Amino acid sequence: MAGTSHRGDVASRVVRVGSTLVQQVRSTLDPASAQPAGGHHAASGWLVVTVFCEPDRLDENAPPGPLVELGDRIEVRVRPAPADKGVELAARLRDRSARANAPRRLSGNDPQAEVRSALRRAKQLVEVGEVLAVDPAPHGERTPTPGGTLLEAWTRKAPEGGVL
Amino acid sequence: MKAVTWRGVNDIGVEDVPEPTILNGHDAIVEVGLSATCGSDLHLVGGYIPAMRAGDVLGHEFMGTIVETGPDVTRHQVGDRVVVVSFTSCGQCWYCRQGLFSLCDNGNPNPGITEALWGQAIGGCYGYSHAMGGWAGSHARYIRVPYADQGAFPVPEGVSDERALFASDAAPTGWTGADLAGVQPGDTVAVWGAGGVGQMAARAAMLMGAEQVVVVDRFENRLEQVRTHIGAETLDYEEVDVPAELRERTGGRGPDVCIEAVGMEAHSPGPAHVYDQVKQQLRLQTDRPTAVREAIYACRKGGSVFTLGVFGGVVDKFPLGAVMNKGLTLRGAQQHGHRYIPEILERMSRDEVRTEHLATHVMSLDDGAKGYRMFKEKEDGCVRAVFRP
Ligand SMILES: NC(=O)c1ccc[n+]([C@@H]2O[C@H](COP(=O)([O-])OP(=O)(O)OC[C@H]3O[C@@H](n4cnc5c(N)ncnc54)[C@H](O)[C@@H]3O)[C@@H](O)[C@H]2O)c1
Ligand SMILES: [Zn+2]
Ligand SMILES: [Zn+2]
Repeated sequence: MAGTSHRGDVASRVVRVGSTLVQQVRSTLDPASAQPAGGHHAASGWLVVTVFCEPDRLDENAPPGPLVELGDRIEVRVRPAPADKGVELAARLRDRSARANAPRRLSGNDPQAEVRSALRRAKQLVEVGEVLAVDPAPHGERTPTPGGTLLEAWTRKAPEGGVL
Repeated sequence: MKAVTWRGVNDIGVEDVPEPTILNGHDAIVEVGLSATCGSDLHLVGGYIPAMRAGDVLGHEFMGTIVETGPDVTRHQVGDRVVVVSFTSCGQCWYCRQGLFSLCDNGNPNPGITEALWGQAIGGCYGYSHAMGGWAGSHARYIRVPYADQGAFPVPEGVSDERALFASDAAPTGWTGADLAGVQPGDTVAVWGAGGVGQMAARAAMLMGAEQVVVVDRFENRLEQVRTHIGAETLDYEEVDVPAELRERTGGRGPDVCIEAVGMEAHSPGPAHVYDQVKQQLRLQTDRPTAVREAIYACRKGGSVFTLGVFGGVVDKFPLGAVMNKGLTLRGAQQHGHRYIPEILERMSRDEVRTEHLATHVMSLDDGAKGYRMFKEKEDGCVRAVFRP
């Protein structure tokens, strides 16, 4: 119980630090709106990455492993990208009733976070053959500061956040 | 192992940190021979790039020896002396295949942060905040190098460690600017900033056939380095009016190519500096664009302006009207070193590129705080403090 509520607490703080940092820059851009630009989604709900590979390398009926793991919660679409840029690999949740605001999406705390992360991992597996890991990275003492804790939490979610 | 770390704004520490291990098949572990401070680090030290955590290991310009390789590394062997490009790029995505390595789709494991800031993520960089991947830096005994077949380059025999070191970051950055700004034989090229990056941009422009290369700064020791080691002309912006001098040297036209190698903490004489500093402190702009503004005014009609200096967010009083009406091409980039390093190393071995003079102060990791202070304050003519772990 305590664990869940602590996780929820960190998640909501991540949303806050994510949006604070983004808003700091975005509101400088356009002081009239504190709304981060680019955090919105296409109405169709599709999330898309372009994978640099031969057109027949990807098959929507047999997508790369990270998408298979999401089972029938998602649908997958594949089509060739123009000008030899590779293949456009798209996925979306079948159930899109839960809507998240832009700060939640940018900080990876939305229902589509898993789809975003799966697409990025699928792309890396096809292009490079491995999913890049950064942790554990050597570091010194993490002196506890409010900013540092929030940044750590945001960083943990960053592979799942963003405008994708 | 010992490492130089970021402890907070203007607070550099030396700490004991765990040694890195191979995490991906394409990784190598490099025992660091030399690791330099870079102007980019000053933006982290000063707190202008916010995604740093206490304990992060600094450093991204380095060379050393391969001591371990992952199972998928094919081009390197234990014992190879290598210089490593500061950007982590996969070499396989569409951007890498276009030679735009710092735009790699896969080299930043935390893409969400820069996507939120810029609309798209770019590749990662060692020791350059969690926004740029969270990679541990090179001011340490060992560093993990992902995509080692792409990012590590064997140093030719006869090229010293002190020279090869700068093929990691300063030199390929200069090459990126001169090449992508489109320097042509016969051009006049002006470069703002006489740090390691500006000096290398000037050298690259000369080797690409520029007729006249002029470097602008206010530190006489740096300008002196430009004249003696690079072979370019110089202007002290505190002594003369830079656009006027450049006009005079170009028959009134202005330089064909203007390369800005100063970055977000630019200095300027006069009231504009106070204006920019106050706006930056009030967070009404994140970056001070003094040199970019001057480059845009000075550039000839239809010319090319390139920002090599690092900017993070937004600037104020940006002369977009001059860009538009003078038909300028404005471009910028983080370095695409993978593309230039083989050529740079070859030219280093032919003495066409000399960089040892940039390493004005070589010291041990224990002197991390002192090294950054000297570099930042330009004490004792410091151009780059270099650590020998
Ligand atoms: N694009 C890249 O990939 C890349 C790579 C490395 C460094 N950089 C950036 O390049 C810039 C320069 O790096 P460096 O290591 O040479 O830094 P540095 O701090 O050693 O040198 C910067 C120089 O700019 C001068 N300067 C300040 N204001 C000026 C002005 N208004 N006009 C002319 N000169 C001015 C300073 O006196 C200093 O000599 C930094 O912003 C750094 O972040 C970019
Ligand atoms: Zn650098
Ligand atoms: Zn790539």
